[in-house]
Parts: sequence; C-alpha cells; structure tokens
Amino acid sequence: MIDTTNLTKYFGTLGAVQSVSFSVNRGEVFGLLGPNGAGKTTTIRMLTTLLSPSSGSASVSGYDVAREPLQVKRTIGVIPQMLNLDIDLTCSQNLEYHGRLHRMEGPDRAARTSELLRFVGLWEKRDTAVEHLSGGMRRRLLIARGLMHRPQVVFMDEPTVGLDPQARRLIWGLIESLKRSGITIMLTTHYIEEADALCDRVAIMREGKIIALDGPAALKARVGRYSLECIGRQDIPRKFFPTRDAAYEAGRGETCDVLVREATLEDVFISLTGERIEG
Amino acid sequence: MNFSPIIWKEMMLIRRKPWRFLASSMVMPVLYLVTFGWGLGRGMNVGGGNYLEFVLPGIIALSAMNNSFGPVSTSMNISKLYTKTLEEVLVSPLTAWDITLGRALTGMVRGLFSAVMLLLVGFAAGVNMHLSLNFFIILTLTAFCFGAAGVGAAMLARTHEDMANFNSFFIVPMSFLAGTFFSPNQLPQPFESLILAYPLTHASLLLRALASGSEPSTGSVLVLAVYTLMFFSLAVRLVKRAGG
Repeated sequence: MIDTTNLTKYFGTLGAVQSVSFSVNRGEVFGLLGPNGAGKTTTIRMLTTLLSPSSGSASVSGYDVAREPLQVKRTIGVIPQMLNLDIDLTCSQNLEYHGRLHRMEGPDRAARTSELLRFVGLWEKRDTAVEHLSGGMRRRLLIARGLMHRPQVVFMDEPTVGLDPQARRLIWGLIESLKRSGITIMLTTHYIEEADALCDRVAIMREGKIIALDGPAALKARVGRYSLECIGRQDIPRKFFPTRDAAYEAGRGETCDVLVREATLEDVFISLTGERIEG
Repeated sequence: MNFSPIIWKEMMLIRRKPWRFLASSMVMPVLYLVTFGWGLGRGMNVGGGNYLEFVLPGIIALSAMNNSFGPVSTSMNISKLYTKTLEEVLVSPLTAWDITLGRALTGMVRGLFSAVMLLLVGFAAGVNMHLSLNFFIILTLTAFCFGAAGVGAAMLARTHEDMANFNSFFIVPMSFLAGTFFSPNQLPQPFESLILAYPLTHASLLLRALASGSEPSTGSVLVLAVYTLMFFSLAVRLVKRAGG
C-alpha cells in the first residue's frame, strides 16, 4: 500500500529525510519510531502530499505522491499531531465538513458521522462545540475525522502525544480495533511502548535515516532479550543478555544497584546509537 | 469543481455567531461614514453635490475591500500557521482552484454584505444614489478581487507579522489614498498616476460614476478585472505550492 524508494527531503542544506526506502503491506500497522527531529513527520508529510520530495519516489495505494497527488488524497486519511479541528464547529459538523470535502453523499455522511461518533465514544457530545472538549476527546474526534471517508490507508502522526495514560490507552484501543478491521495504518511515535504494542513492523529513524526495520520482537531479539542496567546511572552502558539468568549472573559482578528487565525498543535504539530515544 | 464545502463551513460559522459577523462587518464602514461623511464632511460640497453623496460610493468600495480581504486573509493565515486547519483541506481531494475559489467567494459574500448594509445606512441618512445592475456587478467584482488578494496574502505570509505588514503597506495606504475620500485628479503628478495604480481607486471611481448615473470608464473596469485575474492566479499558485 505504501512504497518509498530513496525518499529524500532537504530544507536548504539540512537533510531532514535521507534516502529512506520501505514498503508497507495492506492491513499492516507500520510505525516510524525515533526521537524528535528524526524525520518521521517530514516522511509522513511527503507521503500525504503536503511536501514534495527533493529526490526519490513514493507511492500510496499505487499512486505516485508527486505526480498523482489528488488520487493519493482520495485514498488516505490523515490524523495529524496537531489537534487541527474547527473549534467553533460541533463534533458532528466537523465530521460533516470532512465528508463534504470528500464528496460524500448526504445520507452516507449522516450515517458515517453517527457510526464514527459512537465508535470513538463521542455520540453524547455530537452537538457540543469542539472548544468545550478535553484534549483526549479532541484526539478521538480527530481519529473519527480521519476515518470519515473510509480511507484505505491512515497516517497517524504521534496519535497520543500530550495525552494522559488513561486517554492514551483509550486511543490504543481504537487503533487496535482499526487494525482488526484490516485497515493499513502508518504511525509515527516517540513512545517506545506505543510502537511495541501497536505495530507489526517498526522503522527506527535517526537524523533522517532508517537505522533498523523489522518487527518489534525481531528488533529486540537483535540486542538480546534481557537488559541489565545500573539504577540511576545513565553513564554506565546497559548490557544485554539472551536469558534472564545470564543477566542476573552478570549483575552480581556490578558495584551498583542493578535492574534486570525484558529488552525494549529503546534498548534497540540505544544499542544502535548510544543515545536515549526520548527527550 | 468542489468549492461548496468551504462555503458551507463559512455559513456554519456565521450561523453560530451571527452578531459577531454583523458587528465586525459594520464597525469600520460606519466609523468612516460618521467621521468623514457626517462629521468632517458636513456642509462640504464636491463638484456641486454634497460630500456625503460623493464619499459614500468610495466608502462602499473600501468596505467591500476591507471585509473581503481582512477576514479571508486573517482566518486563512491563522489556519495555515496557528490552528493548522488548512491542512485538512490541503490533504483532501479539493484542488488549489477549488480552495482559492471557495475562500475568495466567502470573502466576496462578506464584502458584499457589509457594502449592502452600508448602502442601507446611507439611504436611511437620505443619500441619493443611482443603483443599477452594473453598480452591483462592479461591487461584486471588487469584493471578489480583494477576497482573492486575501487568499494570496495569507498564503504568501510566513508569519503573523508578515500579515500585519500586508495591512500596513498595502491595505491601509490604499484605504486613505485610493480616491475614497477625495478625487484622485486633485493630486499633482506623479501622485495621481501612482494612486491610479491601486485597484481600489478604480473600484471607487466606477462605483462613484455609476452611483451618480454617469457612464463608467471602460479602462477602470479593465484594470479591476486584470487585478482580479492576477490576484486569483497568484493565490491558486500559492495554494498549490502549499500542497493543495
């Protein structure tokens, strides 16, 4: 559903995205994971036709993003990082407006609005102006809006950024429901656990490049299943082991208090770059 | 063409806060009318007629400009830079042409509304004006011209300060110099020629001629039409460049 070949974007002399190549299969949840400034959002903006690539190519649903932007736009749903809803309009009006932008017929618009407001748990708020909604509710409405015209591919840019843990879990539940429905999803995140929980495959990005790409389990298996770290000592490098026992054994030789736990995608990032992913 | 969603949204916003729409459309033109028409201009004569009759067509043109350019450029600039609501439209299948036309038409409607309200105020004050179909065609063209200019300015401005600069260096000088409050031929050369380069000057001259029952200048109609085409084409190009 998504194919990129050497996709590159320069802003002046700054290479925001450099020769990025990957494919996303139909029905897959594909994540771009990386710290702020890694090039995740720029990649999504090129795939959603908001930015022109400097070089390389990309296609979505079989259409070239540079040469066939209108065809691409008909097949995609975009759920941006920014809560760009019309705050003066009600929840229903926001969805209706989106349906009109996509030339949906009146009865279909009304039925889909009702279906999606129930799906995201905002039916009771259908006539409430967005300005009176909480951040979590707005995020759910944004998801409903992105799905309104039944896109084949949905792009989500940091879908849970700024939300409290409870609201984040709620969004994860919605994304898992979408995943079961077979929709293709590409999301960016800098939350490790989000990529781990939701994605079938993850591309780890740093400084505009993909430095690793695989399923979360396979990526973690590359570094070792268990991690040993000194508590409160970020200057001492983490160590990775294939078994818990091996990690415990190594921990006995350390002079600091140690923590043994299952490896995460952040451990993968640290092992590849020597840096933490967040911050 | 599918510009109707943009009009629909504008209608929803106006329906939600109609008094805000009415007040914002009326404040400036009524102030101009009171200050220059009834205050400063009381007892003044221009070309044998009273000043209020002279100045009202100019203020109507000015009002059409301000109320089409201002709301379109401000709301579009905010939606581009601050709320990012423009991105929803840019990633929809609307073409740059649809987006520009929809936005320019919303500006046109606002401009026309304030102009018509001002006409009513003028009539209530006893001003005699000859209203014809041509008068409303020129008024519509004026409002559309500046609606399109508003789209172009919003897309060109990279910051809110840039937007303020458009007002300071383009709109405000035109408001005072473009034949609204005085006839351009009262100015010495080269100022008269410079003022004739403004699109609003031609809108004022045309509306003034039509309101007095005179023949409008074909040259002024052409200038206004060329400006409209130029602003609209520029706006379409800029919207396209932004991803539309």
